[in-house]
Amino acid sequence: MKSILALEDGSLVEGVGFGAEGTAIGELVFATPFTGYEEAITDPSYKGQILMLTYPLVGNYGVSGAKFQSNGIKTEGFVIREKCDLHSHYKSRQSLDAFLRDEGAPGISEVDTRMLTRKIREYGTMKACLCNGEDIDRGRALELAKAQPDISELDLIGQVTCKHAYKIMGGEKSKRIAVLDLGIKRNILNNLEKRNWSIFVFPSNSTESEIRAVEPDALLLSNGPGDPKQGSNAIKIVKELVGEIPIFGICLGLQIIALALGCDTYKLKFGHRGANQPVKDLKSGRVYITSQNHGFAVDKDSLEGDAELTQINVNDHTVEGFENPYLDVKCVQYHPEASPGPWDTEKWFFDELATKINKR
Amino acid sequence: MPKRENIKKVLVIGSGPIIIGQAAEFDYSGSQACRSLREEGVEIVLVNSNPATFQTDVGVADKVYIEPLTLEIVAEIIRKERPDSLLPTQGGQTGLNLAVQLHKTGVLKETGCRVIGTSVESIMRAEERELFFDLMKDVGEPVPKSIKASSLEEAKKGAEEIGFPVIIRPGYCLGGTGTGIAYNMVELEQITMRGLDLSMNSEVNLDQCVIGWKEIEFEMVRDSADNCITICSMENVDPMGIHTGDSIVVAPVLTLTDREYHILRNAAIRIVRALKVEGGCNIQFAVRPDKFDYFVIEVNPRLSRSSALASKATGYPIARVATKIALGLNLDEILNRVTGKTPASFEPTIDYIVCKIPRWPFDKFKEANKIIGTQMKATGEVMAIGRMFEEALQKAIRSLDTGRYGLGADGESEPITDAEDLRTKLRKPTDMRIFHVRDAIAMGMGIDEIYDLTKIDRWFLYKIRNIISMERELRNLSLDSPDVFMTIKEAKKLGFSDLQLAHIFRSDEITIRELRKKKGIKAVYKMVDTCAAEFEARTPYYYSSYEEEDEIVSSDKKKVIILGGGPIRIGQGIEFDYCTVHAVFALKEEGVETIVINNNPETVSTDFDISDKLYFEPLTFEDVMNVIEREDPYGVMVQFGGQTPINLAEQLSMAGVKILGTPYESIDLAEDRGKFRLLLERLGIPQAESGTAMSLEEARKIASRINYPVLVRPSYVLGGRAMEVVYDQKELDIYMAEAVRVSPKHPVLIDKFLQPAIELDVDAVSDGENVLIGGIMEHIEHAGIHSGDSACVVPPQSLSDETIQIVKEYTTRLAREICVKGLMNIQYAVKDKVYVLEVNPRASRTIPFISKAVGIPLAKLAAKVMLGQSLPKTYVGLPPIGHVAVKEVVFPFIKLPGVDPVLGPEMKSTGEAMGIDVDFGRAFYKAQLGANMRLPAKGDVFLSVKEEDKDLIIPVAKKLQQMGFDIFATNGTAEALRQEGVRAKEILKVSEGRPNVVDYMKSRKISLVINTPSRKKEAKRDGYVIRRNAVELNIPYITTIAGAQASVEAMEKIGGTKDITIKSLQEYYGG
Repeated sequence: MKSILALEDGSLVEGVGFGAEGTAIGELVFATPFTGYEEAITDPSYKGQILMLTYPLVGNYGVSGAKFQSNGIKTEGFVIREKCDLHSHYKSRQSLDAFLRDEGAPGISEVDTRMLTRKIREYGTMKACLCNGEDIDRGRALELAKAQPDISELDLIGQVTCKHAYKIMGGEKSKRIAVLDLGIKRNILNNLEKRNWSIFVFPSNSTESEIRAVEPDALLLSNGPGDPKQGSNAIKIVKELVGEIPIFGICLGLQIIALALGCDTYKLKFGHRGANQPVKDLKSGRVYITSQNHGFAVDKDSLEGDAELTQINVNDHTVEGFENPYLDVKCVQYHPEASPGPWDTEKWFFDELATKINKR
Repeated sequence: MPKRENIKKVLVIGSGPIIIGQAAEFDYSGSQACRSLREEGVEIVLVNSNPATFQTDVGVADKVYIEPLTLEIVAEIIRKERPDSLLPTQGGQTGLNLAVQLHKTGVLKETGCRVIGTSVESIMRAEERELFFDLMKDVGEPVPKSIKASSLEEAKKGAEEIGFPVIIRPGYCLGGTGTGIAYNMVELEQITMRGLDLSMNSEVNLDQCVIGWKEIEFEMVRDSADNCITICSMENVDPMGIHTGDSIVVAPVLTLTDREYHILRNAAIRIVRALKVEGGCNIQFAVRPDKFDYFVIEVNPRLSRSSALASKATGYPIARVATKIALGLNLDEILNRVTGKTPASFEPTIDYIVCKIPRWPFDKFKEANKIIGTQMKATGEVMAIGRMFEEALQKAIRSLDTGRYGLGADGESEPITDAEDLRTKLRKPTDMRIFHVRDAIAMGMGIDEIYDLTKIDRWFLYKIRNIISMERELRNLSLDSPDVFMTIKEAKKLGFSDLQLAHIFRSDEITIRELRKKKGIKAVYKMVDTCAAEFEARTPYYYSSYEEEDEIVSSDKKKVIILGGGPIRIGQGIEFDYCTVHAVFALKEEGVETIVINNNPETVSTDFDISDKLYFEPLTFEDVMNVIEREDPYGVMVQFGGQTPINLAEQLSMAGVKILGTPYESIDLAEDRGKFRLLLERLGIPQAESGTAMSLEEARKIASRINYPVLVRPSYVLGGRAMEVVYDQKELDIYMAEAVRVSPKHPVLIDKFLQPAIELDVDAVSDGENVLIGGIMEHIEHAGIHSGDSACVVPPQSLSDETIQIVKEYTTRLAREICVKGLMNIQYAVKDKVYVLEVNPRASRTIPFISKAVGIPLAKLAAKVMLGQSLPKTYVGLPPIGHVAVKEVVFPFIKLPGVDPVLGPEMKSTGEAMGIDVDFGRAFYKAQLGANMRLPAKGDVFLSVKEEDKDLIIPVAKKLQQMGFDIFATNGTAEALRQEGVRAKEILKVSEGRPNVVDYMKSRKISLVINTPSRKKEAKRDGYVIRRNAVELNIPYITTIAGAQASVEAMEKIGGTKDITIKSLQEYYGG
């Protein structure tokens, strides 16, 4: 299948299409882990984005479905160097190609992903258009790449949050945690379930009274796609509930909480997406290797007076965690639930959460 | 934590001579550690017995001791130098074992020297199996069932408990020496007995066998603040059952899911934390392929061959970082020199595939058992980088320099098509395994069947099948087919070489090259940057691929390409890497931009901050030419990397490349036997009579003309391959029939064998006019033994002044006549007169030895001469030397069952040690000790010599008797000795019944064996059994009369290691 990837700077690369026929538009971002493609393409945080993996071999161990982070593919498109059709793993049920086809997602392979990565590194994240099919209109693709709205103008949370609230009941007299689903990854819920709590998951457009109604011991704001400033309802919920119950945030959740506390966020040049990002805990001095996937960050200076910076990225010193002990707020920018990526902070983060909840 | 201020002077222990299992990787890690210590202002004392290493250069450490790596001597160095700290993790198993001994014997406590980095307690917990298993139990990590046995009885009981098959490993042994798999009691007995003998603590470990499971390795780094990171994961293509040093290895792991990968990563973190590693650590896992389950197999809390590979594979300098950690720094306080911006506390990620292939010595040991298993047999390895697995694999195959240009389709071998034959070969893997897998797929054997036979993951088999499918697709086309270049482009992406394409299209390499270039199919270069392009990187470390973007930024500076030596193998060792590095530094001093091309991940020359630019590429014409065309250098240096780059000189020269220094015509003049003979005749310099035979008839004629014995060898040789001395026509006929395929294209060279003669090696530097003779090295062993296998001494001990004058004169004249600009090595034989045996206008393997012996950096001077400079006047002539230096070699016999440990015209040694002292005896003793030959001070000596040596052995025996040794001999030798008044006790030969000499040896009654090999068949077999037992029982043994004479002289000077005095190179040079 013919395939092209058009970029907002007017450049265009040809490749070999796989997965579904059709056209995808979105922001082209790169991620650097060499395992975990199944987890990555099903991660709702990639909504609105065309994901490119820097590792050149993708599909080696096929697709098992065991580690999907949501109910299906969430990336708009997939850009890789080589797609391995002949996969080898005892758990594999289908090839990457077949999975994308079933899910209606277009992918492009046989492109120089390192060249594109270097381009993004220099230029910043780019709007792009991926076209798969026998009949490709290059001009239209370039136009779509340029003409599409900026990611900050899109309500992506609304596209990936759950439609209705639901609950996962824990044991008798178990603690109760409310989760605001901004595009939650499955493994966050898995981690909560392990604690045997009762979990109440709310769609992003819920009201604070709906949340109060379940009498939660804490609120967790999940990860999710896009610009945090698009999450006005979530910001409002945090503003209402902060100080009342402990509030935790992961990734987009952290950014929303920051905005609710009066801090500011900004867009990173090309984001952090990888399984090798070093985070330093300022209290212990320890460095953890974390899994990250975010294009926006909290303005460090704006935290002043509203929250205490607790963790920073060792590479670029951006905000990786903050807390406000008076308001019982604690959040991290990276993904302690990993999937994909290292588990260095998983136990630590969810234990912290448990300590706070169990105090109540 | 900031650097510990109380660390001011650090002792670094090297790993000694290159042996199988311990190659150049420890020169690399030790040298990097020294640079890292220097950066922090720490004074460095370094000890290593191996002069061929870069780390033993006086510029690397403040005090360099080239002394034997024994407990007593290192203790003496500590007492003398008083370092406050010891860094034990850079010198391989040798360094680690010494540190443990220094700790256990209280030397460290006595001298107040502390171990920095990973502690001795941690080292012992990882190394001693029982402590290790307790540790694994504590952290809840699964290990295969394991039982320790110190007797055969215990081993049998253990095996019953574990169940066959079991793996048996001797305790504290290098590179898996003596390790074997027993499928039944008989095998168990054999392997256990051998293992108990070899073990340093007379113990063997019996382990549950997980053959066929995936073998996965993790390279970890931890600092004292408990920060812990993964540098690299690696997957062995050959699963459990084949030593990782003998496996094809890829990085990163390619067949595990994210979850499986992180389960192992987490296990690795738990282990290094529990062990309190402070520095680098390697962890090996066995992973079940059909259902996720794993065992921890091994933990090495030090730098290793794998850590060198991981460093080169990712660009992350593990040795440098581990050293900083030992000094007290934390990972986030150490800068990642690759990006120059980010700290070392991150995990490298890569955007390419790395493939490592071992290089085996079987071309030198035809009689060796070529089956690869749990005991490592490879001497070295190559690494290749590609954007596809197929590409990395084929590039790695080309890098091996074994005459192969990819996985098949190069016309170099006939594929095997017999299914039964292939099944047998796949079941019993040899060095040719990857080609057998290829042939099996090509002949239509199913992937599942191959998997069942090899347990190589199907993923790799599918990829190999892709290569074969491409070959088929190409074979269906011709160069005129429409769109053929579209397919060729795809083939290039899969790593096909121009030579493979030329073979497929019945064309030639140059034609293919020109055609594809015209179609725009050219290699581009990508950077190794530790971060998959996420950050801008500053280290210019590149690999080629066939893709869109080329990242090279070419400068306008004057630049020179220096070709490295490729994999470590017999005949081409670490010496050439030493020379390569020296050339780089010389050019840097002259302000020239240096570009190195090499493919050996173990070396200093492929370290990221040695040259200005590094291309990790195969050393073939195509790959080298690609870089030359991209960089457009001032010239190329081929003299430093040994025979591999020299072999490229002709093609490069023909392609219009400027070869710096000695021009190709001169190289040809020296290497072309005919031209060289005429030159010597014209100069009136004596040479051994010789001839070139194109057929058996001609060979017979030449031999009878010049008289037997004659030295015969095929043309194109590397390290004396297939060379033999034949004594009569019958032997000649056998040699011609078995050893070579003689033809006009491949003639056989026949030389008069000069015997007995003293052989000399001379290394010189010439600018075409002025000549520096580095030194005249007199071989201990007589002519007929490969110069690379002979011990040698400088200055010469038995030459007259007149002979030395003649050697100087010949050397100078030859340098001028051949127009040598740079290095030159000449071999002489001294008999009735001085004969020239051969001239090599390139770096020789004695360059580092002679440079260190005389304190003059020959390779560096040569590199400057090659830039066009004149040799400084102060260096012309033969420099005086106020001490004696001896080079002794080490052999891989212990790792190669079945090989007869005798010396001959074929080179067999893997490495060398140097002894330096005030006189020959002392220096020779040290050299022996450095080469792990501990000459005894007392005990019983067994003598058995061939007829021709009977007279010569008598003075040796007399001296031994005077020193208080009891002499044992077989009847012939005993008779001869008694007639001369030596009290020799008679002892039976192996063929004469029992108890015989081997029984005596096994009961540890013999402390030295002197056995010169006889040419008689019966005696030959007897001798073989004696020598082989000496090797396996680790009894010092000598196989030449000259060696015996020198050893006795040494034993007279030094009664034991307590008599040894030590001195640093700086002290020798200073006065």
